Amino acid sequence: MIDFEYHAPTSLDQVFELLEKHGDDARLMAGGTALVIQMKQRLSQPGHVIGLRKVGDLNTIEWTTGGLRIGALCTQRQIEQSILIGEDLPLLADTFRKVATPRIRNMATIGGGLVNGDPNQDPPPALIALGASAVMTSKSSERVVAVEDLFIDYYETDVQPGEILTSVLVPKAPAGSGSVYLKFLPRTADDYGTVCVAAVVSKEQDGTCKDIRIVLGAAGVTPIRAKESEDALRGKPLTDENIRAAAALVKDAVDPLEDFRGSAEYKTDMAEVFARRAVEQAMALIPAGT
Amino acid sequence: MNQKVRLKVNGTDHELDIPARRLLVDCIRYDIGLTGTKESCSVGVCGACAVLVDGEMYASCITLAAAVDGSEITTIEGIAENGNLHPIQQAFIDHGGFQCGICTPGQVIAAKSLLEENPKPTEDEIKEYMMGNLCRCTGYYGILNSIAAAAEKMDTAAGSGG
Repeated sequence: MIDFEYHAPTSLDQVFELLEKHGDDARLMAGGTALVIQMKQRLSQPGHVIGLRKVGDLNTIEWTTGGLRIGALCTQRQIEQSILIGEDLPLLADTFRKVATPRIRNMATIGGGLVNGDPNQDPPPALIALGASAVMTSKSSERVVAVEDLFIDYYETDVQPGEILTSVLVPKAPAGSGSVYLKFLPRTADDYGTVCVAAVVSKEQDGTCKDIRIVLGAAGVTPIRAKESEDALRGKPLTDENIRAAAALVKDAVDPLEDFRGSAEYKTDMAEVFARRAVEQAMALIPAGT
Repeated sequence: MNQKVRLKVNGTDHELDIPARRLLVDCIRYDIGLTGTKESCSVGVCGACAVLVDGEMYASCITLAAAVDGSEITTIEGIAENGNLHPIQQAFIDHGGFQCGICTPGQVIAAKSLLEENPKPTEDEIKEYMMGNLCRCTGYYGILNSIAAAAEKMDTAAGSGG
């Protein structure tokens, strides 16, 4: 690891000061599970590391008028075990439970994971399927970005110079909806998925699809929302035939990278299979009577 | 660049002046001299370097010592109580919980973390929690049996086992 100067600010104001002073030569560090490995491998060589661990008030989970506000420094384990999230947004609890190992989940945070921009991660597809947004705070302003729009390219996000992701806002799940996160793990249980799919589905009284979101992870350089598949089902009866036809469209939406988890062709085929299963399983989880 | 770091390791305070890039595992092994904690994969996957940071299990190979300044650290050397092996350590001996032993400090730390959070884990819960601690001798059944036995013994000792 290249030598650097470590800073341990205790307030956001101090973080902004340090970002202003050191600019591109500084990296923010939350849990450090990604950054420390990147620094060890010399993929990242900052002259200044700004540790966020001592910055207070960024690790709470609470309902606000804008939705469930999850502080950026909440650990993945904290989210997985939150009673509030378990009761109100079980998809999130289930998704975070599927990340790596308990040890990594103790360290890694929701905010750190998002700004890392790794397309293989589990939380982004689930957060996008739930319509979540990220609150980006800078010294003089605050803006809210849909998590869907946060990812620009491979490990590239919409975080602007001087900004820090301070919280994630997740709206209430639509009434009468079912949701699921599927992670295809043909290797080991702590691996990244070969492909991953989050689906949130709601139905009208007559059984037609009221709304649907299908979002894939590990299927391209960013998380991918399968909009054509969604359009193919929205307003249509949720029949086996319609679901299969919609899932087939996923193959045109994805563009997986070939790696040791499989060829691009294999992952494309699996994306279709897991998208179909995700829609079927999400449907089955719609509460009876809706 | 050097950095002042204060750590309480197994109950003893340490004030260190170490490079900012010092990893917690290296700090524990070389600056403090406790070599029970092992480094194996170096990328947070294998569990050999597991320690408790303020009671939470961390991978010390991907943790900067500076980042946990002010924390209480428990390593394998801090598990025994008053010179007596911890019930988890004794169970690993009694039930063949290790072969070559290099993963064992991490296994014991992980087991301690599990039983503190969930004193009566089911077999599936043990497997799920211990999933991130690899044993290349493939002694997994011995490890599972050891943890189950330790849980039972600790539960009885705590007076809630009936």
